[in-house]
Amino acid sequence: MSTTISSSSAAHAIEHGHADHSEIKTFGFWIYLMTDLILFSTFFATFAVLCKNYAGGPGAKELFDVPSVFVETMLLLVSSVTFGFAMIALNKDNKKQMLTFMVITGLLGLGFLGMEVNEFAHMIAEGAGPDRSGFLSAFFTLVGFHGLHVTFGTLWLIVMMIQIVKMGFTTGVKSRLVRLSLFWHFLDIVWVGVFTFVYLLGVI
Amino acid sequence: MFGRLSWSDIPIHDPIIMGAVGSSTILALVIIGLVSFYKKWGYLWTEWLTTVDHKKIGIMYIILSAVMLLRGFADAVMMRIQQALAAGGNPGYLTAHHFDQVFGAHGTIMIIFVAMPFMFGLMNIVVPLQIGARDVAFPVLNSVSFYLTVAGAGLMMISLGVGEFANTGWYGIAPLFEKAYNPGVGVDYWMWAFQIAGLGSLFGGINFIATILKMRAPGMKLMKMPMFTWTVLTASMIIIVTFPVITGALGLLTLDRYLGMHFFTNTMGGNMMMWNNLFWMWGHPEVYIVVLPAFGIFSEVVATFSSKRLFAYKSLVWATAAITILSCTVWLHHFFTMGNTVNVNAFFGIATMLIAIPTGVKVFDWLFTMYRGRIRFTSPMYWVLGFLTAFTIGGMTGVLLAIPGADYVMHNTVFLVAHYHNTLIPGALFGYFAGFSYWFPKMFGFKLNEKWGKRAFWGWMIGFLVAFMPLYAAGFMGMPRRAATYDNLEWQPLLITAAIGTAIVGLGVVFQVIQVVVSIRERRESRDATGDAWDGRTLEWAIASPPPEYNFAVTPVVSELDAFWEMKEKGTAYKHYPVYADIHMPKKSPLGIIIGGLTLTFGFAMIWYIWWLAIIGFLGIVTALIISGSNDDDGYIIPAAEVKRIEDRRFLLLDSMRLRKEVGEDELKPNKKEKIHEYNYFEQ
Repeated sequence: MSTTISSSSAAHAIEHGHADHSEIKTFGFWIYLMTDLILFSTFFATFAVLCKNYAGGPGAKELFDVPSVFVETMLLLVSSVTFGFAMIALNKDNKKQMLTFMVITGLLGLGFLGMEVNEFAHMIAEGAGPDRSGFLSAFFTLVGFHGLHVTFGTLWLIVMMIQIVKMGFTTGVKSRLVRLSLFWHFLDIVWVGVFTFVYLLGVI
Repeated sequence: MFGRLSWSDIPIHDPIIMGAVGSSTILALVIIGLVSFYKKWGYLWTEWLTTVDHKKIGIMYIILSAVMLLRGFADAVMMRIQQALAAGGNPGYLTAHHFDQVFGAHGTIMIIFVAMPFMFGLMNIVVPLQIGARDVAFPVLNSVSFYLTVAGAGLMMISLGVGEFANTGWYGIAPLFEKAYNPGVGVDYWMWAFQIAGLGSLFGGINFIATILKMRAPGMKLMKMPMFTWTVLTASMIIIVTFPVITGALGLLTLDRYLGMHFFTNTMGGNMMMWNNLFWMWGHPEVYIVVLPAFGIFSEVVATFSSKRLFAYKSLVWATAAITILSCTVWLHHFFTMGNTVNVNAFFGIATMLIAIPTGVKVFDWLFTMYRGRIRFTSPMYWVLGFLTAFTIGGMTGVLLAIPGADYVMHNTVFLVAHYHNTLIPGALFGYFAGFSYWFPKMFGFKLNEKWGKRAFWGWMIGFLVAFMPLYAAGFMGMPRRAATYDNLEWQPLLITAAIGTAIVGLGVVFQVIQVVVSIRERRESRDATGDAWDGRTLEWAIASPPPEYNFAVTPVVSELDAFWEMKEKGTAYKHYPVYADIHMPKKSPLGIIIGGLTLTFGFAMIWYIWWLAIIGFLGIVTALIISGSNDDDGYIIPAAEVKRIEDRRFLLLDSMRLRKEVGEDELKPNKKEKIHEYNYFEQ
């Protein structure tokens, strides 16, 4: 009988310890993030191929308003910092502080999205929509795909805030918050790539 | 209200299509009728449709694959008959437009809806058992993956009777698949079916990497993993690296077709060649995704039936790893003729030839495993031997095609068609057939009929050679692939021979169906009560067949490569513990089937421009994910007493068998009294 218990002790932890399963979920989520990164790199590569195919339409220099995009970038970067503070609050089990920082993060995310939508609307109004040229198709797709991620991230953030209020800091909620924070920082890193390769390189 | 869908989209005047639709519908109605008659809907729903048990999901994957294999094979028969007839002014019996759809559907179905589900089915059933785990890492996600594949297959079947299928082949032809040249729904069916099933595969790949890297039994180091598990790990790695690329590429095509963007157009700054690059960056590695697990199966089967340890296991692992990496460096050989520079073609030509080296290593490892082994010529072993001979030919023609100069001559001829069928049929399909008959006793507790299994093998093997060897010759004579009609009468005898070969393969398929039916009827005589049907070497054979829901009552501790073989040698196998612990198991979940249904709705609505329905489908998916993601309760406990009851029952059976063996009775034929001990899907 003693051998039964000792030989299965390693597995025992997996069977009953939720912490271990959260770790596997986080690991799986990392793999998902890597696949998402490859999807982004597909769009980056596509943009690299098409970035000079203006088809007689407007090019990067005429279209991009870098100062405004810089403000947009700062909103997203700061939102990453505030999410970091939120996770510190989580480690301290401080629900109120956690929710406050999550609200700030969400507002910054919405601000970022608002500016992006505004930029897109302006370009489309000027006749520089995604169907104008290969370059614009690639631009709208890459930037818009990132924006779509931020949209879903914000939705997820709202869902998690509701879960915190309704369910409290359960093991499941905590483990989902860890994954949401990974997702949010991941979007930040991808945006740094977008800002550098699309906007800055575009206007040089 | 219904977008561009109207009654005229159902081709009621085409007898061939309506025949296919009619027979599929009748079959579906018969199945629904039978389930209703025997009042099995509740059982079906709770035990199968909402299950998250990897073994049952695996079985459902294989059923899906078998159904789609029949459809894909029917397409093959249609093409072979057409090309056997349509020479020298004879139009054959299919219009060119219909013929184009048939070859596109055949390719898409065989790769995405036969090879992939068959592979995922075997992976699901075997991998957790081989590594001593309770289930995969994410059981609910696993069910979602399965139902996404089902949703894609559903769209393929709907395209048969509602609208049409793509006339641009299985890999898409830019810019022919653009809206301007292909305004109909055919390309959209292909695109969405492909996209949805591809997402299922991507999630499956993530799941299996997490399962294999995080859930192995204590002591099972990477270099002590069974070969099949190794190949599943590497195939999953290729999946996560390359499936996002096809997801992206199909997404870009979607934007081209729905929002008028310019990615793969020939005007307004699009780049047609980019499609070829993006597609084959996935498309070539995909070949290795389906072939590597089959190589793993060959390794398991050869070792088991030679009663020997796998020869040079480490070299097999390294060869697999080498193929994994090289597989992502050769995609350009699919379009040597597209106008790349000589150096680019040379690089990809050499990279392609390099793959022959690790593959050759594997072939020799299998041969040396057999060398001086005590070989048992069972039907899984037949598939292996058939593979070794036929695949070598396919591999050599592949090296030939890897020479850019030679490829310029052979490109897009039926020589190429012969080549890739010559690698995929023996390389992947024979492997899955071997795995199916090898692990069938594990899935159901009884063996498949050997006589019909061997007949099926000969049907496939001979039929395959007769069907595809003539195509090599026709390719040398310049016959282009995908020709609905042709004028060169010299090709016709070869194509008639190929059609005869397909008929012989058809016999093999019929024999396989007979094999399954006969085996189910003879299940009492072929019962394997030990759980170790073939004197196996790896952990899956250590437990009962079919395995209990929780797989291992006590997680095994591993110290050698062939873990179960070692246990048998040391006498520690079949250990009956007096006390067991509670087991935590994942709960059944309807999420998979709900997501699958909503995705099917969404895909269908997008294809037919039924925007309101698409929005409902999409919002439904998001809502389902939020609801299921707000649920902490993801499991239940099997009490120790229940585990003990199930295990005691098994050991009672084993003991009674041993006893009867000692008094000289035939141990393989349990008598009727023992029926109480049987746990079987067919008798629940």
